[in-house]
Order: sequence, then C-alpha cells, then structure tokens
Amino acid sequence: MTDPNTTLSHLDLETPEKPFLDANELVINMGPQHPATHGVLRVILRLDGEKVLGLECVIGYLHRGVEKIGEHRTYTMFNPYVDRMDYVAAVSNGLGYCETVEKLLNVEAPPRAQHVRVILTELNRIASHQLWLGTHALDIGAITPLFYTFRDREEILKIYEKYCGARLTTHAFRIGGLQYETYTGFEKEVKNFLDFFRPKIDEYEELLTTNRIWVERTKNVGIISAEDCIAFGVTGPVLRASGVKWDLRKAQPYANYKNFDFEIPIGQNGDTYDRYLVRMAEMRQSVRIIQQAVEALPEGPIMAKVPKVIKPPAGEVYHSIEAPKGELGYFIVSDGSTQPYRLRVRPPSFVNLQALDVMCRGQLVADVIAVIGTLDIVLGEVDR
Amino acid sequence: MIAKLKGSYGSGIEPLSYLGQNYMVVDRSLIPEILQVLRNEEQFDYCVDITALHYPTREKQFDVIWVLYSFARNERIRVKTQILDGATLPSSVPIWMGANWLEREVFDMFGITFDGHPDMKRILLPDGWKGHPLRKDYGILQQDNEWVQINLGIESGQ
Repeated sequence: MTDPNTTLSHLDLETPEKPFLDANELVINMGPQHPATHGVLRVILRLDGEKVLGLECVIGYLHRGVEKIGEHRTYTMFNPYVDRMDYVAAVSNGLGYCETVEKLLNVEAPPRAQHVRVILTELNRIASHQLWLGTHALDIGAITPLFYTFRDREEILKIYEKYCGARLTTHAFRIGGLQYETYTGFEKEVKNFLDFFRPKIDEYEELLTTNRIWVERTKNVGIISAEDCIAFGVTGPVLRASGVKWDLRKAQPYANYKNFDFEIPIGQNGDTYDRYLVRMAEMRQSVRIIQQAVEALPEGPIMAKVPKVIKPPAGEVYHSIEAPKGELGYFIVSDGSTQPYRLRVRPPSFVNLQALDVMCRGQLVADVIAVIGTLDIVLGEVDR
Repeated sequence: MIAKLKGSYGSGIEPLSYLGQNYMVVDRSLIPEILQVLRNEEQFDYCVDITALHYPTREKQFDVIWVLYSFARNERIRVKTQILDGATLPSSVPIWMGANWLEREVFDMFGITFDGHPDMKRILLPDGWKGHPLRKDYGILQQDNEWVQINLGIESGQ
C-alpha cells in the first residue's frame, strides 16, 4: 500500500502502528456563516472521508422571541411581526395569522376579500418557489437560473408594492379582511403576469429537468420515505415528493380554495429530483388557481364587521394553512383581554429540518448542500 | 372514538370542544398510554405540534398540549395535560420521531423536562443560558446578563 518511491521519506511509513493521520472520523463544522446554508444555520458534520456518517443542526442564531413578544402586543399590533418570520413568503404568514384570529372571533372575511387573499397568497407561493429554485440551483452550481427567477420574482413584488406599499414584509391582510381595495388595473396586471410567467416555467424546466449534471446531482440524493416523513412530521412539497398526496388546501380547505380547481402533484422516490419536479408542478397549479380567481373576482365589501378593539372570548384555537414550505400553524390562546395569552407558531421549516440527519446519512458532503437547499428552509421561521 | 376512550379510561379523560375543534384534557398519569393508543389504534400518526402554557396562579402551573392529526381520518385533535412546576413528562419521541425538537423547544422555553428524550438540551437559546423565557415570570426585556457579559463582552441592559 505504501509506495517506496514517495517523497515523504521523513515520515515513518514502515511501522503501521504509528498512523500518520487518524482520519477515521472527522468532525467538521459548517458554521453559521456559510454561503449555502440559507441563513444562519450551523451544521456539525461527522465525516468518514467525504461520506457523511451523521450530522447535527444547531439553530437559534436568529431567535427573536416572537412568541414572547406576541403576549405583549394586541392582536392587530402583532400582525406586522408575523411577516418577519418566513420573510420570503410573508403573505402566507399573514394569511395564517389573520385566519386564526378570525376563527377565534368567529367571523369570516367577505368573499371579495377571500378572493384577493387567494390571489396574493398564490402569487406568494410562486415567488417563494422562484427564490427556492434560484438559490437551490445556485448551491448546486447552476448559476444562471438565479437571475431569471429573481426577475420573475421582481414582477410579483411590483404587484405587491402597488397593492400594499411593501415588497418583502407586506402586512397585506388585516383581521377580518383587507384594508386596501385593489388598485385600478390589478386584474389586468395579474393577468399580464400570468401570461408572462407561464412559458417561463417551461423555460426553467428546459434548462434543468433533463440536464445531465442536474439529474446526476439530484437523483437519489436525500431520499426520505413516506413513513419517515410522517413520523418526523415533515409536510409540504417534501412530503408530497415522497408519495403522500396531502395538501391542506384540499384536505382542510381555508380561504375559499374549495371554489378552485387544481391538482396536487406528487412524486415517487422522495429524492431531491422529485422535490424539484413537485415544486415546478406546484407553480403551474398556482398559475391555474390565480387564473380562475382573477377571472371570477366578485364585488363587495373587503372587511367584515370586526370591532375596533379586538377582544376575543377566552378560548384556544389551532389553525393551519399550506404555506409554500409546509404546514404553518398558529395556536392562539385567548384569556378575554386584548392581548393573546399564548401565541404559538408551528413553523414548517423547524419541523422539516429535523429530517436533515436522516436524509444525509451515507451521502457525500456536497449532497448535504443540495439537501439543505431542497428542504427549502428559512431560518427566520426556524428560529422565530 | 371519544366514547371508546372514555369507556377505557373513565374519569381520566374529559373531552371538550371549542369552536368546532375537539380537544381532551387528560390526567397526567395516563399520558404515555393515551398517546400510544391514539397513535397505534386511532391512527393519529402525525404529531403536528407540542407546546405548553403557563398559568402561574394555578396550582398545577403548566399545561402541555399535543396537537395530533390523522391522515386516514382527516381529523385533528388536541391532548392536554396539567402538571406541577418541576414535574417531568415521559418523552413522546418513541411514539413520533418528530417530537424530538418540539420537546426540546418546550424545555428551552418553559423548563419542562421530558424523561427519556435522547438529547434534552436547549435548542433556540445558547447552551449556557439561565432562565426559561416563555414563563410568565420572565420579563419581556429580561436577559441572562451573565451570559451576555461573558460571551458577548458587553454590559447588557439594551
């Protein structure tokens, strides 16, 4: 095994009991500052050469104590905080929170408000998946999609800016409905965006789906079975790519998703390639939903009869929505006063990240990066 | 289903419903058994969330809540139990693997330990932090000044 012609003659290679480098197991830190961990995530890897034997995630670098703050703010005052958790898909967070408080108050937003909420939330889903696609491809090495997906995201953010004034942390919804009426030309702009965007999904598929490098980097990487997904509580596109046909928009419909016709894409193997295909198909379904919603926008009020000072009766309620990342749940306990007694957020990225260990065992280090990207985590949501 | 469980456990379970959402208040002594039964027999195979509430003026200060969902029945249920300050609960990790980080967060924020958990340590706050923030006696602006001074090198106080 040792080559006598090697130039490492100063090392004692003759006596095998004195190893030069005992590298059976190497513990490496993929520190919180890292360009590919999608935020401040620390992963401690146990490696055998380049094979991963196990890993541990250390989180909490972005913990801001949102749940504690929730106990000291009134229900309306807390609404802007909610956007900052999953800052990539802020509108969905707002939808979940407003719907939960509306459930506590036992009011329902009027039909026009629900329609506009669906349009904005599905646009948000497209925007979140576009950011996912750009950064995931970038981590794996395909630099081009990033620029295109961010350009598409720009178009969506322009619509948000015209609607509510903010691009990223939108605070678009209010408890009981909407505050702002849609601006003149809203339907036309959304329709223009859909016509602009529809061929783009095909363009990205053409770039990546049958690309040999992409397929080799993502097929059979990060496989998780359906039983493991359910045991870990993983939801969202990750669960659907493992073959479980479950989407909260169909299983426990909220807003007025019952009125729209769409499908739930699923995968078979539960590997990174399937998750990519599921998310691309989800974007297509979102375009379908927005098309139906924008064509059937009803007239009417946009705000339900909600008291000026929101004081829900004492009780507790749990409500969850299908955020782009998975099941986003809110558990609000009210004690009859203007401030919640306990406001718990069940973040999908937090629960999905637990499965990282199981998904990366036996794979290479480079695959860890691909798997973190495919789980689509946002540290703001993981840490709150 | 509730009738069947009530039949087996009698007074230990109290089923309630608020705004159409079903939940049950369960005696502490029944805890690992009820969760096992719910998972194995009643098909609640997805543990959505584990969280806690703190009522400082009550004798049994903490409420621990499991939110469970069943894919087969498309039904969500909450299981609630009340424990004293300093009491521990058996861990649900053998029942649902996903309970791992959820229980760590309850420990981190409330100080409720789960026996049999493979890795009972803080998750969101730094390891040496003292205090459990989501308790009602922890101030909103309060910090572990000692940890901040040692690790960040600043005199805390915002």
